[in-house]
Amino acid sequence: MGSEKTLAHSDHTVAEHDEHHDHKPKGFLDRWLYTTNHKDIGTLYLIFSLVMFLTGGLMAMVIRAELFMPGLQLVEPDFFNQMTTMHALIMVFGAVMPAWVGFANWMIPMMIGAPDMALPRMNNWSFWILPFAFTMLLSTLLMDSGGPASGWTLYPPLSLQGGQSFAFVVFSVHMMGISSIMGSINVIATIVNMRAPGMTLLRMPLFVWTWLITAFLLIAVMPVLAGAVTMLLTDHFFGTSFFNAAGGGDPVMFQHIFWFFGHPEVYIMILPAFGVVSEIIPTFSRKPLFGYAAMVYATASIAFLSFIVWAHHMFSVGMPLAGELFFMYATMLIAIPTGVKVFNWVSTMWRGSMTFETPMLFAIGFVVLFTIGGLSGLMLAMASVDLQYHDSYFVVAHFHYVLVPGSVFALMAGTYYWLPKWTGHMYSERWGKIHFWLSAIFVNVLFFPQHYLGLAGMPRRIPDYSVQFADFNMISSIGGFAFGATQLIFVGVIIHCIYKSRQVAASRVWEGARGLEWTLSSPPPYHSFNVPPPINSSTVAHADEYSH
Amino acid sequence: MKKQNTIIVALAVLAAVCAAFWLLLVAPGYSGNAINMTRGVTEQSQLNYDLHMTVLWICVVIGILVFSAMFLSIVLHRKSKGYKPAKFTHSTKAEMVWSIIPVFILIVIAVPATRALIVMEVTPETEMTIKITAFQWRWKYEYLDDGIEFISSLAESSNAARRLDSGIDPATVENYLLDVDHRLVLPAETKIKFLITADDVLHSWWVPALGWKRDAVPGFINEGWAEIQEPGIYRGQCAELCGRDHGFMPIVLEVLPPEQFRQWVEQQQQKNIVEDADMERLWTREDLMVRGESVYLAQCSTCHQDDGSGLAPAFPALAGSAVATGPLAEHISLVLNGKSGTAMQAFGALLSESDVAAVLTYTRNAFGNETGDVVQPQAIVRTKNG
Repeated sequence: MGSEKTLAHSDHTVAEHDEHHDHKPKGFLDRWLYTTNHKDIGTLYLIFSLVMFLTGGLMAMVIRAELFMPGLQLVEPDFFNQMTTMHALIMVFGAVMPAWVGFANWMIPMMIGAPDMALPRMNNWSFWILPFAFTMLLSTLLMDSGGPASGWTLYPPLSLQGGQSFAFVVFSVHMMGISSIMGSINVIATIVNMRAPGMTLLRMPLFVWTWLITAFLLIAVMPVLAGAVTMLLTDHFFGTSFFNAAGGGDPVMFQHIFWFFGHPEVYIMILPAFGVVSEIIPTFSRKPLFGYAAMVYATASIAFLSFIVWAHHMFSVGMPLAGELFFMYATMLIAIPTGVKVFNWVSTMWRGSMTFETPMLFAIGFVVLFTIGGLSGLMLAMASVDLQYHDSYFVVAHFHYVLVPGSVFALMAGTYYWLPKWTGHMYSERWGKIHFWLSAIFVNVLFFPQHYLGLAGMPRRIPDYSVQFADFNMISSIGGFAFGATQLIFVGVIIHCIYKSRQVAASRVWEGARGLEWTLSSPPPYHSFNVPPPINSSTVAHADEYSH
Repeated sequence: MKKQNTIIVALAVLAAVCAAFWLLLVAPGYSGNAINMTRGVTEQSQLNYDLHMTVLWICVVIGILVFSAMFLSIVLHRKSKGYKPAKFTHSTKAEMVWSIIPVFILIVIAVPATRALIVMEVTPETEMTIKITAFQWRWKYEYLDDGIEFISSLAESSNAARRLDSGIDPATVENYLLDVDHRLVLPAETKIKFLITADDVLHSWWVPALGWKRDAVPGFINEGWAEIQEPGIYRGQCAELCGRDHGFMPIVLEVLPPEQFRQWVEQQQQKNIVEDADMERLWTREDLMVRGESVYLAQCSTCHQDDGSGLAPAFPALAGSAVATGPLAEHISLVLNGKSGTAMQAFGALLSESDVAAVLTYTRNAFGNETGDVVQPQAIVRTKNG
């Protein structure tokens, strides 16, 4: 994005609003390629993830277009499989995860009273790995043997049937993993070491808490994924038999390893969303977060449980009864801390003094639609019924409900919430609201009918289907196209806010906003807090001891 | 606001939330499309249906309560109405209540869920056994007690219509993508054990009317069981992504009353005798070419294409290929044993000797290949026996 212009613009506002000296590097490469600044790196992460969101979204459009009606009209089945695989890999590793790292970079130092992240050079590296990783991943689509077509889960033996391009997929996953691990180390080091005096752990904003826990999850599981794909690599190219039954291996072992990574991974994508929503709802309810400590403990409980439920993704692979019972009960337990979160959000709103600006609308949309995804998750937990639900469109509907109106809505809520702080300008409230309402309507038109399709017997990952599934697939596709088009409004609102908006944002952008980030100017100075800010009831976002 | 008004608003919000759930969960059923899980025809499918409905309604009630409270708050507690925010930040009592009540709800769910799972997983004494082997992209069924085995592939009518830009409207094809050339014929009111495995990659055998699916894992054998209560036709599909034609390997069960099933078994055993005789006799080139073409279209053409032109880069052309026009022994070996690391599977396990002989003769003399070779079933038998 034309950063020179942003630079010029923000220099201007900073000079007006801020007494700190600015040390922004002047050249384009100095500013962005060599940057060690948490805000610039945050911006790079966010722009990158937006580009990936649109790329993965285009692939979803191909999928929904092919599924618009029965029969194959647009693509061969093999390309369809490449699209479903790439869509998932890009949305998970390219859009949602980097977006949360972008938020972490921008907000964590500002929320804990630090000047920057603890490890700025590593911060630079962890971002700049990503464009190369995804260029490599996307380039497989142009290779002779095509992109990966075995689903993002890369289950062998199917994934081993891919050609030479498979090595590129494995190495790009390694690079994403390295990037995530370095990002997590940085988050942990920053939170542990750089809090302003008085910012005790239980005074931290919930977004910081959820990211701290997320970072530990990432460090725990990304090496596991790296190990799993490395074993695929050696099975494919060097004749090992980790997952080849004929050589004494076990294809199901891959699934155990993958989901030991994969289940914490889904919480990696949703825990920061819980954090953002827990910042936004109190602000627009003008009332402190209900049950702050319970929210922290619930987050930690969910993170703990995420390590002992992995095999609920594999109820149909043929596990012993005792194993299935264990994973069923453990999975059902997740409902308790998740329920606590939802009840606490509703209690925060209860008897507040609410207004409904765009961030609040997205946060409310998140609570409602994430809860629907959570409830279908409870249904999926029952192992015996899962033998009907599993690998059907019911599952597709479930995880898209928790990821799209879940994680993605929270990302949008957070963007609208902090965009004025980042840019120093207000976004267009009118277009933000239009974006919300169209998104909220079409995301349901897109995903709700998929519940019916799955229950009626439509398997997932098929390019063509029996005519009995035609009506709801067409409705779902229409919802998909409209939801996709609606996201262009989001891009428009952001570009307008950065370059065109003339409405200057105050330091405390929102009347009810609490927390250190609102004590800084909008946009904030280049080095957030050069002097540790005083921590008292007016600067702490929401901690029980200060809220009476 | 007066208390009476608040109650009216609360009831209105409750009604609106209930209406929303009705719109999502009930109304779409009036379109005539299936929107819910089948009750099915086995004990497991009925247990699963009941469990599904019980938990669905529990979820709906939870949803109505939570969303009603939230929307009531949204209606009442607005700044635009001059509502002043309360100051409370927690309530130990409330937090205890909403941590403990879900525990009881979970226990209420866990009891029938455990019972259903035990029925599902503990196979009772069974009366017959079917072995199911999944291949890319067809199923092989073996009746272990009756010596019957056959391959079940996508029906020809669907196979023609499902090609990219086939020009055939799927709506005109009967049971589009849910029809096969050879149905799995089973007896009703009989406890049947299914042994499920795969030859190449993961697949999953799913007939919703039976109430379960089970993954087919190469090198491992999974088990499932069913006692089908109603004769009839039941359809399903492969549920685990297994490559290019994952969407095109349906399952069709034809469930007969037990006595009719016995008659069917006897017919099949007669056919086996004919097939054995076929394997013994010498075939004419014309017979082999005719049979070979039909085998080719059913088994080979999805990858190598009807005209033998293949689909680069994964699926090589047969027209003029080094294998199809080269030494016969290598060609036979490739077809019988497959090629690891590719989608070319070991057809020795899939096809009869006569079929292999016919398709070899066909591919060596069609698409412009002019080897003139005539491959007899006995040649395949000899190769197989080493």
